[in-house]
Amino acid sequence: MKSEDRILLAHGSGGRLSRELVESVFGKIMSNPILDRMDDAATLKLEGRLAFTIDSHVVSPIFFPGGDIGRLSLTGTVNDLAMMGAIPLYISAGFIIEEGFRLRDLEIIAGSLQAAALEAAVQVVAGDTKVVGRGAADGIFITTCGLGSIPQGIMLSGSGAIPGDQIIVSGTIGDHGAAILSHREGIEFDAELKSDCAPLGALVGAMIEASPNIHVLRDPTRGGVAATLNEIAYASGVDIEINEEKIPYRSEVRGTCELLGLDPLILANEGKLVAFVAGSDSEIVLETMRKHTFGSEATVIGMVQNQASSRPRVYARTLLGSRRIISMPTGEQLPRIC
Amino acid sequence: MSLPFLDEFRQGAHLRALMEKLNERAGELARPVRIMEVCGTHTMAISRHGIRQALPESIQLISGPGCPVCVTANADIDRFLEISLIPGVIVTTFGDMLRVPGTRMGLAQARGNGAQVQIVYSTLDALKIARENPDAAVVFFGVGFETTAPTVAATMIEAHENGIDNFLVLSAHKVVPPALEALCNTPGLAVDAFLCPGHVSAIIGPEAYEPVADAFGIPCVIAGFEPADILQSMIMICDQMTSGRAEVELQYTRGVRPGGNPAAMAIMQKVFQPADAEWRGLGTIPASGLAIREEFSAHDAAQRYDVDVSYSREPAGCLCGAILTGIKTPRDCPLFDKGCTPDHPIGPCMVSSEGACSAYHQYEI
Repeated sequence: MKSEDRILLAHGSGGRLSRELVESVFGKIMSNPILDRMDDAATLKLEGRLAFTIDSHVVSPIFFPGGDIGRLSLTGTVNDLAMMGAIPLYISAGFIIEEGFRLRDLEIIAGSLQAAALEAAVQVVAGDTKVVGRGAADGIFITTCGLGSIPQGIMLSGSGAIPGDQIIVSGTIGDHGAAILSHREGIEFDAELKSDCAPLGALVGAMIEASPNIHVLRDPTRGGVAATLNEIAYASGVDIEINEEKIPYRSEVRGTCELLGLDPLILANEGKLVAFVAGSDSEIVLETMRKHTFGSEATVIGMVQNQASSRPRVYARTLLGSRRIISMPTGEQLPRIC
Repeated sequence: MSLPFLDEFRQGAHLRALMEKLNERAGELARPVRIMEVCGTHTMAISRHGIRQALPESIQLISGPGCPVCVTANADIDRFLEISLIPGVIVTTFGDMLRVPGTRMGLAQARGNGAQVQIVYSTLDALKIARENPDAAVVFFGVGFETTAPTVAATMIEAHENGIDNFLVLSAHKVVPPALEALCNTPGLAVDAFLCPGHVSAIIGPEAYEPVADAFGIPCVIAGFEPADILQSMIMICDQMTSGRAEVELQYTRGVRPGGNPAAMAIMQKVFQPADAEWRGLGTIPASGLAIREEFSAHDAAQRYDVDVSYSREPAGCLCGAILTGIKTPRDCPLFDKGCTPDHPIGPCMVSSEGACSAYHQYEI
């Protein structure tokens, strides 16, 4: 197949062209001993407790500053595993491709998925390709499943937050959402706004090693930090208070939000995590995170309190020193952000 | 492009110093004051930045009729919904309108029932849709004050000059000064000062409020939208109250010029003419609406589509009307956070991004 070729319906038919596509693109780019067998299913040997997850990716545009749908579909699933404290190991990927999609673009996307897999130290061990007629999909959609193993003694859950926990974010928030939106709306800044899309398994591994008292980890993707904190407050039956002055933003992200009338707290992140850590261990966890590439700007933004009213609440201490509510984002979320 | 000014306006220490100054000035007041923030964007900023909670007891901020979606009467919303259901029509609107409930349904439901609804960020996007769909009639719902109306007018002029006859506007535009006057004449209203809208004033100019300040003796301060702007404007109001003045003052000097924006006003007046308009909560106010002039009637959706909305009524139990006139606050409404929530709104104030109920629910509940 030549790079200038386009994907045809026959490439998803299961026949000769399908085989050609799988061999010349996926088999070549993602080659590893398990995938190379090209059997109906990958066979794996695993022990202990496992984490297993799935995520579909429909981001528009498929190429965006800081990444593309390939990298995003790998990191999204790897990060979901990591948030359970699991060591991400194996990935399967399903591609739904619109007829007429450029082969060159597919190669780039598969390449960046594989590059992210290497970065995250996982293997793509199974895959599937379907081609649909023009208009039945928008370019390409990718679904990935992930399998990871949970080290002994690790028990993380959104319901684990305890009053007194310090809340740490691993870096600036809203980068992914703002990058996608400003790209879509044609808003340009002096410095290009990039998605933060990154695999967080290694960062989480280091954090877990540094402290046995991490209670909750979450990656604030769709709905952003606002949705994540509300979910955790509800699941744990606690109040949360964060300090607005402590929230790290890039100035371009804030600029985009001002122009589009959005709150950075509801923007998606794809390479950030929120950690709830026992107060006594917050310093050591913070120190560990800051040594890591994807946690160098980690900072404490707030803490967990006892639930004071009839329902769990998330508050922000404002710049004025007063308190306001951070509510669960409602209505139509920004579509196709990941 | 960068926006370094944000940091200057949002420094905690600076804001807390302003708040301290406001506390001092409030201490000099002879009696408690009720300040109405006329504009929905101010309402949102006040809630979003926790300003209400930080205020001294002698100052009360109440929301006014400055959320354009909220003051749009149900009859106008129903008219737009009926038009959306006509085959061959594509309706376009700003995102806020999608979830606003009409008498029988909202736009989201109309879309579910087959209406072609497209959300646009600008009227130019709506014009583009009209160009790309020459066989369809593309109707834009013109909702908004003097800030929005000139851009709608400019788009209509472009459509007119380029012969894009399938671009139409359903105008529910309104102008602010007559509403303020009507508000001052409302029995039971207790407002001591107006925090006037920055964006609208950039178009109409500070002079537009002089009749209100003069006739009713109410101080008017035109404010910007950053928390520092709002605090500084309240300090200016306190100073006026203490010294017994009732003047139009401009805090938002970086956004508003004396005389406003005559070019924008001229474009608006070329396409629109004053007409009586129905406001939710305030009723019909003479010369407070903007009807499309005869010259542009080919682009007037109200003339092309004669739809029956005699069934229109306001939602039962909803206090949006009283909330828009500052007589009630969102918490006074029995439906607030009970039957009426952002996910299941009954009145428009719970839906609009500038609505008082939405602001309270999102930030202050």
